[in-house]
Amino acid sequence: MRVRPWQTFLFIVLLSLAAIWVDLPSQHLDPFGWKQNITVRQGLDLQGGIQLVLEARPPAGVTVTQEVLQGTRDTIERRVNGLGVSEPVVQTRGNTQILVELPGFQDPERAVRVLQRTALLEIIDTQGQFLPVGTVVNTSLGPASESAATPTPTSTGAATATPDATVTAAGSPVVDAATPVAPTATPETPPTTEPTGPVYETIITGADLADAYPTTDQFGNLVVGFELKPEAAEKFYQYTSSHIDQPMSIVVDKQVINTATIRDAIRDRGIIQRLNAQEVRDLALQLKSGALAVPLEVVQSRTVGPTLGQDSIQKSIVAGLVGLGLVALFMILYYRLPGFISVIALLLYASYVFALFKLIPVVLTLPGIAGFILSIGMAVDANVLIFARIREELRLGRPIARAIEEGFNHAWPSIRDSNISTMISCMILFWFGRYVGATIIQGFALTLFIGVAVSMFTAIVVTRTLLRLLLNRPLFRDLRWFGISPAQVAKAPTGAD
Amino acid sequence: MLDLVGKRYYWFLLSILVIVPGMISLAIHGLRLGIDFTGGSLWELQMSRPVQPGEVRQVLAQHGIDDALVQTAADNVVLIRMRELKEGSSEKEQLSAALRDTFGDFTELRLESVGPTLGTAIRNRAVIAVTLTMLGILIYIAWAFRNTNNPFLYGIAAIIAMLHDVAVVVGIFSILGWLRGVEIDALFVTALLTVIGFSVHDTIVVFDRIRENYARRAAPTFEQIVNYSLVQTLVRSLNTSLTVVFTLLALYLLGGETIRTFVLALLIGIVSGTYSSIFNASQIVVVWENRELHRLFARLRRQHAPA
Repeated sequence: MRVRPWQTFLFIVLLSLAAIWVDLPSQHLDPFGWKQNITVRQGLDLQGGIQLVLEARPPAGVTVTQEVLQGTRDTIERRVNGLGVSEPVVQTRGNTQILVELPGFQDPERAVRVLQRTALLEIIDTQGQFLPVGTVVNTSLGPASESAATPTPTSTGAATATPDATVTAAGSPVVDAATPVAPTATPETPPTTEPTGPVYETIITGADLADAYPTTDQFGNLVVGFELKPEAAEKFYQYTSSHIDQPMSIVVDKQVINTATIRDAIRDRGIIQRLNAQEVRDLALQLKSGALAVPLEVVQSRTVGPTLGQDSIQKSIVAGLVGLGLVALFMILYYRLPGFISVIALLLYASYVFALFKLIPVVLTLPGIAGFILSIGMAVDANVLIFARIREELRLGRPIARAIEEGFNHAWPSIRDSNISTMISCMILFWFGRYVGATIIQGFALTLFIGVAVSMFTAIVVTRTLLRLLLNRPLFRDLRWFGISPAQVAKAPTGAD
Repeated sequence: MLDLVGKRYYWFLLSILVIVPGMISLAIHGLRLGIDFTGGSLWELQMSRPVQPGEVRQVLAQHGIDDALVQTAADNVVLIRMRELKEGSSEKEQLSAALRDTFGDFTELRLESVGPTLGTAIRNRAVIAVTLTMLGILIYIAWAFRNTNNPFLYGIAAIIAMLHDVAVVVGIFSILGWLRGVEIDALFVTALLTVIGFSVHDTIVVFDRIRENYARRAAPTFEQIVNYSLVQTLVRSLNTSLTVVFTLLALYLLGGETIRTFVLALLIGIVSGTYSSIFNASQIVVVWENRELHRLFARLRRQHAPA
């Protein structure tokens, strides 16, 4: 069954109306609220925000497996969600890195503080000692060096405590300079206490928490409240009821943040005191999200303020419109009627691509907009190829309808081959972008890819159908519509190739 | 008919004249690599009053940063390039406080920080990406032209045209880096890969004509077939490039500072890509098919042969 041109035309009209409907901002023509979730997603460079690349820095001798990295990623994602960012990106990259994008978030210090800290909570049996706040301890969960490799500020305002290199195998005096046995301490921050003391038993860890939240204690001070899971609550009750009037310490990342005397048996809830408002907010979020399985370091960051991007959007839109206008003018002047048709096809092309950007959704970045504008050029190319072929056929003296079909058939291999080669480079760019600038370059590759794919569709389906329909009208039979004077046509029309 | 193929050695000469200065600059000065490749930080601040670069450098030097590059732009914007300044670090806090004390309040427009190890990794990936793209395209062309008697010849000629464009863009950017301090970043690699795609795009259209005309035996000799194909596609090549150049020019002039270097690389690459697909790629196919290098070597051997 052969599809008639007007059937295709009807399809194009419906498709175009649908695309334009999607393109319009959501409050327009949307009685049922279908478009509410369809918005243009702006990349970091347009709406501002923060991008961080966190790299796992495992203690010596520990390798980071995919599961550990995945688990860390999940923890980071929970923390990011707690920051209240809409449409964040959290993905693993390679074997040791996690990429975080927080569009619209404007507090880089807080982002780093919240995401980077290991936040391993422990409640330890201090064996009767009253450990001062800031003490770095060893616990039965592992020595201090293993999870406290990243220095974190504490409420006391004391120097951030990073333990000295703890030699795990104390019996072996051989020092091998080439293979450090533990992470080295930052020299300017001496530890408050040498963590070579006793190993305290961990009773409760962060994994035992059912919930953590900012709240107030009986004096109205802001504190972190936490609740324990049932089985942990039982254990905690056992311990606290048998240690009444003895001290107990709450430790985060091997550093004591609270020490208190047990007055009563405690079952399923507790509070962490002596923190300022910001620390309460951050720690509650971190505890609720869980501790990081491996310490992380920021190896790359991009912070973009919101004003820079808005300015860029304005300029790109102006540039895009001017570019489109120039192309339209050129096409009409050079190719006459087909040029005009291709301009219509181009406008439809732009509406389809933009609708796809909204539906997929594609994160629009500045290079992405450039990719889109570049693809307009490539979309024109398909039309130029076809028209050049049609003109050739017309000059050979073929009837118009035949010339159009022949022109399309001859142009198709070039269009296909050249666009596929562009698509190959887009795919490799996408891979490269995943490693380098993340959404910035990936956005470019994706927009160019979509642009090229849609341009093939508009050239082959839209331009062709419009030409077929219009040119069967007697009004357009004159070859001057094609920019050809009758004198240029070959005298003897050849019937076949 | 216009004789494009007959003048092929002049076209090659023109390419060489454009490429050689760039390559000399590349050999002497190399490329000015941005923080994406070397590691380091780019810190853009909008101050509340006009500020001299020297004043900013002085404040930075007081905090142990003596190799910072400071530029000022319109609207009291200050751009600082320095070694890696970690986001959320106490060093950044101290610097911000010091700048605030000296110049009053400011808005942080952006801070990009790349660790030194990451920079090297990105550099390697960039080389791999460019190589992979070329390989992928070579294979695709060899496949698309599998019915010709020498499919890989077309692939290789397209790759040489691509290398030509990469050399032109990289060479010009080396000169620009030397004269104007233009830096190469990850976006530059993006532009390069796009140029590669576009260059092949253009080359294939010409090759496609050669394939078609060859099948129809449109002219008596191969050289004439190629020339005929070039003349047929010349207008299309120029028109397409013109439309892309229009849009890129609009972006370059109106699109804002952030992507200007990126657009410039695309602009140069696309002009070069159009040139190389008309004046290099197809001409290389002719040189090969005519076994001209063969004859050249044979002649050289005869000249140097002992009498």
